[in-house]
Amino acid sequence: MDILQDTAAALGKRIKAGEVTAVEACEAVLERIRQRDQELNCYITVDEEGALARAEEVQRQLEAGRLTGPLAGVPVAIKDNMNTKGMETTCASRILKGFVPSFTAEAVGNLEKAGAVIIGKTNMDEFAMGSTTETSYFGPVKNPWNTAHVPGGSSGGSAAAVAAGECFYALGSDTGGSIRQPASFCGVVGMKPTYGAVSRYGLIAYGSSLDQIGPLSKDVTDCAMILEAIVSHDKKDSTSVALTETDYTSALTDDVRGLRIGIPKDYFGEGLDPLVKASVLQAVELLAKRGAVVEEFELSLVQYAIPAYYVIACAEASSNLERFDGVKYGYRAKGAEDLHQMYKRTRSEGFGREVRRRIMLGSFVLSSGYYDAYYLKALRTKALIRQAFDRAFAKYDVIIGPAAPTTAPKLGESLEDPIQMYLGDIYTVSVNLAGLPGICVPCGKDHRGLPIGMQIIGDCFEEKKLIRTAYTYECAAKEGGSHE
Amino acid sequence: MSKDYETVIGLEVHVELATKTKIFCGCSTAFGGAPNTHVCPVCSGMPGALPVLNKKVVEYAAAVGLATHCTINQNCKFDRKNYFYPDNPQNYQISQLYEPICQNGYVEIETEAGSKKVGIHEIHMEEDAGKLIHDDWQDCSYVDYNRSGVPLIEIVSEPDMRSADEVIAYLDKLRLIIQYLGASDCKLQEGSMRADVNLSVREAGSAKLGTRTEMKNLNSFKAIARAIANERQRQIDLLEEGRPVVQETRRWDDNQEYSYAMRSKEDAQDYRYFPEPDLVPVVISDQWLQEIKSRQPELRDEKLRRYKTEYQIPDYDARILTSSKKMADLFEETAAICKKPKKVSNWLMVEAMRLLKEENLEPEDLSFSPAHLAALINLTEEGAISGTVAKEVFEAVFREDVDPVSYVEEKGLKADTDADALKKILEQVIADHPQSVTDYRNGKEKALGFLVGQTMKATRGKANPAMINQMLREML
Repeated sequence: MDILQDTAAALGKRIKAGEVTAVEACEAVLERIRQRDQELNCYITVDEEGALARAEEVQRQLEAGRLTGPLAGVPVAIKDNMNTKGMETTCASRILKGFVPSFTAEAVGNLEKAGAVIIGKTNMDEFAMGSTTETSYFGPVKNPWNTAHVPGGSSGGSAAAVAAGECFYALGSDTGGSIRQPASFCGVVGMKPTYGAVSRYGLIAYGSSLDQIGPLSKDVTDCAMILEAIVSHDKKDSTSVALTETDYTSALTDDVRGLRIGIPKDYFGEGLDPLVKASVLQAVELLAKRGAVVEEFELSLVQYAIPAYYVIACAEASSNLERFDGVKYGYRAKGAEDLHQMYKRTRSEGFGREVRRRIMLGSFVLSSGYYDAYYLKALRTKALIRQAFDRAFAKYDVIIGPAAPTTAPKLGESLEDPIQMYLGDIYTVSVNLAGLPGICVPCGKDHRGLPIGMQIIGDCFEEKKLIRTAYTYECAAKEGGSHE
Repeated sequence: MSKDYETVIGLEVHVELATKTKIFCGCSTAFGGAPNTHVCPVCSGMPGALPVLNKKVVEYAAAVGLATHCTINQNCKFDRKNYFYPDNPQNYQISQLYEPICQNGYVEIETEAGSKKVGIHEIHMEEDAGKLIHDDWQDCSYVDYNRSGVPLIEIVSEPDMRSADEVIAYLDKLRLIIQYLGASDCKLQEGSMRADVNLSVREAGSAKLGTRTEMKNLNSFKAIARAIANERQRQIDLLEEGRPVVQETRRWDDNQEYSYAMRSKEDAQDYRYFPEPDLVPVVISDQWLQEIKSRQPELRDEKLRRYKTEYQIPDYDARILTSSKKMADLFEETAAICKKPKKVSNWLMVEAMRLLKEENLEPEDLSFSPAHLAALINLTEEGAISGTVAKEVFEAVFREDVDPVSYVEEKGLKADTDADALKKILEQVIADHPQSVTDYRNGKEKALGFLVGQTMKATRGKANPAMINQMLREML
């Protein structure tokens, strides 16, 4: 059997059973990358030598019985906005090209402790700003299902790498949908955990109050396993939360009897592709057949989520990205005559268009005289959106809707009209504003063979309900045959 | 000058807190390390690093707030102040704008017209920046982040001061409070306390405030006094000439006794403050606040009162003893050991102050141990050493913190109590000064003093004066 057909869980089991070695798994992935990544461009950095050495080391530890976890020896890809000590970390930006961090992100370190073998760093929208992975300084990623289309973004490289077998699972980050939307476009499972569940230490910030690291995987079982490995209480991140019930794999049960599912009508209105709508509603139907109680409701305020999100995310980004100034590390423009010219040229040449646009937007909404009208208003909107979800979760265990209004657009289509691109985030940004967990699972394909995803949203720290719902759907879809 | 002008002054005082580690990371705050040796990803602004608040900073800031009668905001927050400069590794400073930790306090100062309250608008916590080192030879600049992230509090006063004397009284008061709390050593020269002076003038009797300027780079009380006098006159001159005072930041050059404009309000930066998303609000629970309160030490005013009642120390002396926490601690600890507070006070007031002055040191620099001063006092009281020798021993204690008992022993400074040896010397002294002997016998008490002196001289100060006195009387 082709190793690459395995899920992370299956491979982990086979490695532990001695049927496959960590080195063989690593070589298989590297071979696939050699075959396909020239075209797909999922990776910015592939660390062949390091990965093989690490695989050998992990194999030794496995044989010595020092590594026993389910992910030991399984190759993983890391989005290039997470620090990896000694391995270039660029955020897909010219300004950080060649930057080698001195420490590893906590979430990545947690995976290493579990015996993960890091293959390399995946391509993304520059500084995670974008919904298509086309804003990368290193060129766009292509959708493995149809290379004329984008993989979504900003974790497009991670999602596409999982879909193309260029890794067994990947880490992404989600500020406004950057895990769930590319998962939807690439037909993989992607989860944004509750804000505070996974440490942000070592994640190069975009919107600090919204950013969260999460898994992209081949199925829900892998997702639960990875989540279990990366969730931790980290004293180095003040927003990290101490959790007790983190045995997420225990929620992998095919049972939604009595589960109350809310269907927000506002997520199924104008602008939603009819095929996407039909697929998601069909998936909900399967859950209803399994015993879930489904009800429609008005979530309200959905139209305010995008402006509130872009104001807050850009405001924080404008400040978070100030440290990239040519003084300490990364790109520095040559020939500047004084400090201010050096700053200006470095940042103008080092950042791409979309990043510059968001820095400008963010600086504007924070400037004196506009702060109250934009930033404070956005914060109030954020609080109201949270209240709307609180009301919903008083009635429902989970909320289900699409992850994106359409399937993956063609390359080049989105960049022409940034407003249209921003509006594509309509179903995902509220979850970040409210700090909630959300999972996206594949629920069909359109006539071009492009995947469709279903988004399941839960209340804070209710990841287990999401996993149970998603797992049950996965089982039901397998039984009934997929509805493509 | 035809009109009468009033000077209105408010102060922004930055104080470096005496924590062992920085405000948002575990790096040392120690002075004098080689450049960039007390740094980590957090305080050097590396991508992906996150701040974690040092609780001790909150405790010190709250302690200063409590001692200055402020309201403690039990739910305060941090904000980011954005500006680009290479000494600021993130290009934003984590500070507090919207919800500072302390607000609405005051301190009482003594003025010629009696005591006066100076209002404190707020106290907030923030991080210090690094340091730029310019190399003119190579025409380039280096940056040292050792100071980056050192905790500061900024104490913002109300514009309640009217003269340089009031400003200095206020600063002195703050310094004493903070030193007593152990929150900082507050050294102006070394920069652990820095004051920016906001000053405006207005015609006497006017209720409206004039346009103010902010003066920076004031490194001593003298510089502050000179800068205030100079800026007051500069503004009055402008007004007299019918020209406006421009709201601006000025930099004082104490060598030239002149200030120049750094930047005006027009090109003032927009700091784009917003709540720091990487930190959670600082919740100071009632219990925590109670703990901080219960740890508040006795402050200067209380100590002053107690010295006068408990030790019967005169007001003037008590003021000097309490004018530095170090001195007061030394006094109390020594007095506790030797139980002779007045003697201790005497040594500190006279000899210690004299030596400090000679060495150009501050009371904070006193470094000898109370046990050694107590031992010295005991030696003197027992008559084991003479007053002259005691002063010599004190100098050794002051400079090298020697143990007086072994010092006296080693140097052979012990007062001679060998009666036979002394008797021989006395016989010689009597033989050498017949006139004095006659005078004494004729009732001139003074002559005895002369003979005692001669004996001390002959013994090189080692004899016990009381013993000489008694033996002389017997022999004569």
